[in-house]
Amino acid sequence: MDAPVPIFRAHGLTKTYRSGTVEVQALRGVDFQAAAGEFIVILGPSGSGKSTFLNIIGGLDQATSGEAWFMDHELTRLSDAGLTRYRRDHVGFVFQFYNLVPSLTALENVRLVTEIARRPMSPREALAMVGLEDRVDHFPAELSGGEQQRVAIARAISKNPEVLLCDEPTGALDSATGVRVLEALMRVNEAIGATTLVITHNAAIKDLAHRVVRFANGGISGVEENTTRKSPAEVSW
Amino acid sequence: MIRLAPLHIKLLRDLRRLWAQALAIALVMAAGVATLVLGVGATDALDRTREAYYEENRFADVFASATRAPEALLAEIEALDGVLDAEARIVRLALVNMPDMAEPGSLLLVSVPRAEGLNRLHLRQGRLPEAGRADEAVVSQDFAAAHGLLPGSDVQVLINGRKRQVTITGIAISPEYIYALGPGDMMPDPRRFGIAWMPHDSLAAAFDRQGAFDDLVLKLVPGASEPRVIARLDTLLEPYGGRGATTRKDQMSHAFLDAELRQLRGMSRVLPPIFLAVAAFLVNMTLWRLITLEREQIGLLKALGYGPWAIVRHYVGFVAAIAAIGIAIGWAAGAWMGAGLAGIYARFFDFPYLIFTQNPRPYAVAALVTLGAAVAGAVGAVRAVAWLPPAVAMSPPAPVRYRRLWGGALERRVRFRQSAVMTARHLLRWPVRTGGGVLGVAFAVAVLVGSLWSFGSIERMIDLTFTQTERQDATLVFAEARPHAALYAVRHMPGVLRAEPERVVSVRLSHGPAERRVGLAGVAEGGDLSRLLDPTGQPMALPDAGVVLSEALADLLTVRVGDEVVVEVLEGDRRVTRLPVSGLSQGYVGLGAAMPLSALNRMLGEGAMISAVRLTLDPAALPAFHAAVKDTPQAGFLSLKSLTLSRFRQTMAENITISTTVYLSLAAIIAFGVVYNFARISLSEQGRELASLRVLGFTRAEVAGILYGEIAVVVLLAQPLGWLIGTGFAVLVVRAFSSELYRVPLVIGPEVYAWASLVVIAAALASALLVRGRINTLDMVEVLKTRE
Ligand SMILES: Nc1ncnc2c1ncn2[C@@H]1O[C@H](COP(=O)(O)OP(=O)(O)OP(=O)(O)O)[C@@H](O)[C@H]1O
Ligand SMILES: [Mg+2]
Repeated sequence: MDAPVPIFRAHGLTKTYRSGTVEVQALRGVDFQAAAGEFIVILGPSGSGKSTFLNIIGGLDQATSGEAWFMDHELTRLSDAGLTRYRRDHVGFVFQFYNLVPSLTALENVRLVTEIARRPMSPREALAMVGLEDRVDHFPAELSGGEQQRVAIARAISKNPEVLLCDEPTGALDSATGVRVLEALMRVNEAIGATTLVITHNAAIKDLAHRVVRFANGGISGVEENTTRKSPAEVSW
Repeated sequence: MIRLAPLHIKLLRDLRRLWAQALAIALVMAAGVATLVLGVGATDALDRTREAYYEENRFADVFASATRAPEALLAEIEALDGVLDAEARIVRLALVNMPDMAEPGSLLLVSVPRAEGLNRLHLRQGRLPEAGRADEAVVSQDFAAAHGLLPGSDVQVLINGRKRQVTITGIAISPEYIYALGPGDMMPDPRRFGIAWMPHDSLAAAFDRQGAFDDLVLKLVPGASEPRVIARLDTLLEPYGGRGATTRKDQMSHAFLDAELRQLRGMSRVLPPIFLAVAAFLVNMTLWRLITLEREQIGLLKALGYGPWAIVRHYVGFVAAIAAIGIAIGWAAGAWMGAGLAGIYARFFDFPYLIFTQNPRPYAVAALVTLGAAVAGAVGAVRAVAWLPPAVAMSPPAPVRYRRLWGGALERRVRFRQSAVMTARHLLRWPVRTGGGVLGVAFAVAVLVGSLWSFGSIERMIDLTFTQTERQDATLVFAEARPHAALYAVRHMPGVLRAEPERVVSVRLSHGPAERRVGLAGVAEGGDLSRLLDPTGQPMALPDAGVVLSEALADLLTVRVGDEVVVEVLEGDRRVTRLPVSGLSQGYVGLGAAMPLSALNRMLGEGAMISAVRLTLDPAALPAFHAAVKDTPQAGFLSLKSLTLSRFRQTMAENITISTTVYLSLAAIIAFGVVYNFARISLSEQGRELASLRVLGFTRAEVAGILYGEIAVVVLLAQPLGWLIGTGFAVLVVRAFSSELYRVPLVIGPEVYAWASLVVIAAALASALLVRGRINTLDMVEVLKTRE
């Protein structure tokens, strides 16, 4: 990668949860940068603040202090409406529990997003990218967990997002299915050039990334760059 | 401190958490309780007050009049089997000249009842006239109030053609004239019509009836047969011009109170069931959702050793708590509105007192029925889960399966927005609930359609009666029938533009076993002031032969055009004839029968007689006309159409403001209760999906739109259904309101439907806005952490 353009920048990001008299410091001053097109894996023990961080840069949550930028948008200053606009135009999400709309078929779940996106791909194309072209008319309840997760990925990429944020996308899947999902994510990262951040508890996945970011105790404890990346099939779980 | 069992604590927490929904349901229940308490309570109050008043003042059971019957006959009448007491009276109509009023008024002169007699007066002020005094009278309270009369005031009365100064000794009310209507008038007008009780002997002397009477009231032995007594009485009175005795059913004041009671009963039968049905549905819908959410907890409780009945008790207790709130609010509202209604009665009818006792019965009935409806609503929902084995209950329920609409056929042809597809599929996934919601909102619309239509139909009644049928400006009613020549005297009175004679006799019409006493009107041939309308509302010519009956009367007698009716004249020599029914007419006030005046007079064989003259008047000459009437000895009562109409409108306006407010609130409560609960439950079911949509970048407005779309579909589907049900209610109400005294035309203009929909949609909108806050604060992050 030569002269990477930073797409995300965060400085001194903190997040404090307050419930009654108890305060939990979920983030304690995170500095972070990501370049366009990067595939980043985030590792770290449970409770170290990974999800909190991802939610803030994904525009789902507000930081307590510090600043986070997406290109020239200062996320930490946006209103709810601004954040909604940001998520709608730039971000694709994949979560551990798929979060599909149960009353819509696979194709319709994808269409739900392409209908409101500025430069969407065709919903069928998105489903084809994750290998689901022959399940388009199935309802989520009629799909396996892995298939549902691939629908979620198709839905996330169908708007051609600049960033793809994935929180434990393989967390609920067995290894073979997990491999297919990761393959789909990498393919998409290469095909549409979306900067991809993947939170995982599976350390083996780190070999797929350009860069690995480790979280501990509400902060980033280390960053490693992979000079050579493996393919998902080569990863042992 | 009492220690609450864990389930009781849960119950209280549930109530606190779901307070808004619980309150919405409780309000619907409260409306049911209040209408029931009010309906039953007011019927009860009116019934008991009237009964007590009748009892205390010995209101008669049988009423008769004659031309001139000797007092000696009284002993014979009292000796009749079944007669407890009889009171002979003189009853005459007399003009009165009130200085505060340009128009002439009338007083019905009635003999003061004997000391222990019938239809006793309830003195409000002053004293009874002294026996033998021809210049003292007690007047009815409303008339006195309308003119500011007090004991000691004087009034000028035209008694049998002679002007007399009469001093008022007292002010009273009587069970006989709770509702006092001038002859031929349509609304009571206490300014122009009142009752004056004068000593019997002086009245008899003034009207040349010494040692005789012309009116009689009887009190019967409890359980005596009215028809038998009447038959005997009629035989005894016949030689003296008896006009056929009647019972309370035909007594004007009594009949009007009966009509009022019927309306009240109708209301208390129609409204409460609607509210209770809606409340049961809301309970069912809410509890179903609550139990779905708490399925695992229920499994856990059962695993811990709680039996199914403990579960049932818990949820039924939850519902009973809501019902208790509803019942309490309903009791309070019912009692409060009841007091208001009592005030209206007190103003409208003359009662010495109003027995609005806090009779516990309607309260208890309302509470029981409401509790029953609530428990009925709960049963289905609880039964589904209370008997599940703990392991099954604790495992998450099978995912909700959705289907494509009509196998996807429609969707392939038309591309809907996916959010619209979500809305449609969610509604169709729970058809019973959606249907219940539609029906609930439809009831709200129906309550309004079923009440608001009456304005239009009153206007129609006014138009038909006051513009199309009764075309005169005034009707001069003679105290008794006069020769036809009296018409010419009237014609020459100042300001009279047109005068048409009329004669009304009381007759008994019968056809087979059906019979009715009515006033048969002889209408001037070639006249224009009294017009008959055919059933389609077109003016009809009066056929030369036969008699025209109003539709209501024809229905009662089960006759059709061409059938013959037996006409028994109840005056004069009481002839009996048969006449063919030559036509049917439309009319909403009273039971009408009409024939040409000359034919009527031929039938009576008394020569050309008239009993009233209909007039059109020159407005500029009104004062002169009024003055002339005041000097006309034969005049009994002058009814003025514009006054009757304004009086009618004034009374209606009072009632309308109150009833409109009540019905609007009731409809708003239903609409609010249904829509709010529907929205909350839908939000609870789809909260996760909606939060996911927010994550995907849907704006708050778009997400709210999905939920609102659902509500909009339910509310819109409910409109035509509500119109239909409301029209059905209106038909029922027309039936309940129709009496022999008046009928109500069923006219429902488009504006009625429009207003009903507008109000309900506004209430729906308001309740939809109340859930907006919850949509705005959907927790996106929380949704991502959990599996459904
Ligand atoms: N809504 C909340 N209220 C209070 N504390 C919270 C809330 N959400 C997160 N936390 C706390 O913030 C800290 C960081 O949470 P976060 O979810 O970011 O961890 P994580 O690294 O994603 O962990 P995991 O790997 O288990 O998902 C934890 O200690 C957590 O308990
Ligand atoms: Mg996490």
